[in-house]
Amino acid sequence: MDFGLSQEQTLLQDQLSRFLSQNAALARARVFAAENQARAPDVEAGLAELGVPGLIIPEEEGGVGLSLLDAALACEVLGRHVTPAPFIGSSVLAPLALMQGGDAGQRGVWLPKLAAGSTVAGVAISEAAGARENAGVEARDGKLFGRALFVIDFEADLYLVADRSKRLHLVAADAPGLTRTRLPTIDTTRPTGELLFDGAPGEPLAGGGDPAALIRRLIDVGRVMYAADTLGAAQAMIDQAVVYAKGREQFGRSIATFQAVKHMCAEMAASLEPCRALVWYAGHALTSLPEEASVTACHAKAHVSEVGTRVARTATEVHGGMGFTDLVGLHYWFKRIGFNRQMLGGPQAVREDAARLQSLAA
Amino acid sequence: MDLSFGEEHEAFRREVVGFLETHREAGARSGRQAALEWQRLLIEQGYAGRTIPKAYGGHGAEPDILKARIIAEEFARAQVSTGLGGQGISMLIPTLLEVGSEEQRRQFIGPTLRGETVWCQGYSEPGAGSDLANLRTKAELDGDEWVINGQKIWTSTAHLADWIFCLVRTEPDAPKHQGISFLLFSMKTPGIEIRPLIDMTGGHSFNEVFFTDVRVPAGQIVGKRGDGWKVANAILRHERGSLADPNTMLSRLNAMKTLMRNETLDGRRVIDDPVFRDRLMAIEGRVMAMRCNDLRLLSGAVNGHDTSLAGMIVKLETTELRHDLEGLAIDVMGEFGLIYGEDAPQLRNNGSWQWNYMFFLGLIIGGGTSQIQKNIIAERGLGMPREPKLAPA
Repeated sequence: MDFGLSQEQTLLQDQLSRFLSQNAALARARVFAAENQARAPDVEAGLAELGVPGLIIPEEEGGVGLSLLDAALACEVLGRHVTPAPFIGSSVLAPLALMQGGDAGQRGVWLPKLAAGSTVAGVAISEAAGARENAGVEARDGKLFGRALFVIDFEADLYLVADRSKRLHLVAADAPGLTRTRLPTIDTTRPTGELLFDGAPGEPLAGGGDPAALIRRLIDVGRVMYAADTLGAAQAMIDQAVVYAKGREQFGRSIATFQAVKHMCAEMAASLEPCRALVWYAGHALTSLPEEASVTACHAKAHVSEVGTRVARTATEVHGGMGFTDLVGLHYWFKRIGFNRQMLGGPQAVREDAARLQSLAA
Repeated sequence: MDLSFGEEHEAFRREVVGFLETHREAGARSGRQAALEWQRLLIEQGYAGRTIPKAYGGHGAEPDILKARIIAEEFARAQVSTGLGGQGISMLIPTLLEVGSEEQRRQFIGPTLRGETVWCQGYSEPGAGSDLANLRTKAELDGDEWVINGQKIWTSTAHLADWIFCLVRTEPDAPKHQGISFLLFSMKTPGIEIRPLIDMTGGHSFNEVFFTDVRVPAGQIVGKRGDGWKVANAILRHERGSLADPNTMLSRLNAMKTLMRNETLDGRRVIDDPVFRDRLMAIEGRVMAMRCNDLRLLSGAVNGHDTSLAGMIVKLETTELRHDLEGLAIDVMGEFGLIYGEDAPQLRNNGSWQWNYMFFLGLIIGGGTSQIQKNIIAERGLGMPREPKLAPA
């Protein structure tokens, strides 16, 4: 019985965290945002050296061959550092789709490139989790038509696109008949956008298997990853709030001595700490507890989002007026948590999904 | 990550399940005599008093956290009593094992474990609640006897207890934490008066206890004079730890799902109302998070990992969660949620929802209020400074 992280897992988080704090601190995210950069090649190169893009890709395809729990642990660290680099789409969902739904040729072509970070793949599956404005994509004779919103890791070379009949297609970013429009959001660290298809050629994933089950799988995995990212971001906000409170003096004493402030911090810590175990469990369930994986993913996404949202607000409040300014930069984490909350379904939608999965809802 | 308990422990689980199948009826008998007999059988089997040395009347097994968990899980699954509880067993015995004298251990642990001696805890006073160290009940040495005067409150089961373990002030001139001693004495000692305190559920579990010139042999002290605070703090840790019970939480959640399928509003099942369904799922997410947190604590205890913050938050989070969970069920039943009283035919689940809803408010307050818990989390968990003391007026 061991419900905890292995030494290797702790080491993975420590290494990644050390690289990011030295090379991709908040200052780097600020430049990324201010210059409206599409990608951060310096950050991506460093991550590639650590093997991050190929984390879950098998070693024979050039990856590291780690588990989805390991991917969630990496996500947590990326969230902690508000890292402006692709991961959930390009390094988790797209490789997973290829590994489980691609044929030998597709796997052989794309997995080594994704593992090396030389190709970045965006993932267009938002409509499968819940379509806004009736968006959706139809496939006819190898060509795609329609619209996909809120693409994960939008600034990409390749897209994995779900159509309305729940099949997945690969589309080159420069394909004729594809128009890409960036959607400006609150979260300037992770570009998202809209794809408009007008007969763009799409190559269906051809490995066989149940395509609807694969999409379900991608949504489950994506939800756990967003939960993990929020866990890391929220923990970073609590840490900053505690440090700030200890250093800030009013009425002749540190505001950390005031119970009103202490209780805000204690409530944040008390509600977030169980989220850590929940994310571990949900990450573990993805590979080891198949019958629990979907419901657990829903609850991880919904619950950690609710707690994260509360933490984001409270940690900002502990900083007083400074929390509201760009000077401290706390809003990068606030917005990252806000972004994670809506992607692949907000809490209400995800909870309803959890109810359906347990036959509690039609 | 390895959530299996391993072959040795799964074999132990089969053994427990086998025992429960054979003895289920004995465990279900009611009455004091049956409870005492059941307790004896459990001690013999090693399902109660498991790690207490044989010399003191226990089973004498090596501590094994997973076996203890398996016993709790399987007894809960079979809905069979895990034996006697109460503050003597859960709090006094561990304390005596840690700091009691050899004579005290031999005198008290066996009868307490077998249920022959029932204890109550004399800690809180009208002027010493959250600030427990402010207690004023005093004990003065007169020859070879302590003479005790003062008042305790919130004394659970004082009216049923044979003995009391009690905090008293013995060193009035020492700083408040260093002036307290931990005494043991019979509740039949002359000078003790018990008045019942009825709580908001209508139940009588608490009492006020008054001491007037109560004379107690000087040797009935645990630890040294003035060391009572340390002794008491060891016990409080046990109390906070013991409140975590993810299995009960899960069975309440399952009972709520059944309730929501059965209750109707305007002919529609409550479960088919999306607002109620969302509230149910939000609670389920919180329950799941606490169950995972519990797994982490269990694993940490087995493998020696540091889980201090994860443990510190359990009392706060679980009591608040249970209060919310039971409260949701009342909303599910609506006006029927108001029915109260032992035999009302309209009661759902024996009226346990409304009772638990109130009872858990009591637990939010008792054993260190939610506000005190937050102070502890902030100060010990997050390293925030204590509030500066006011200068004496």
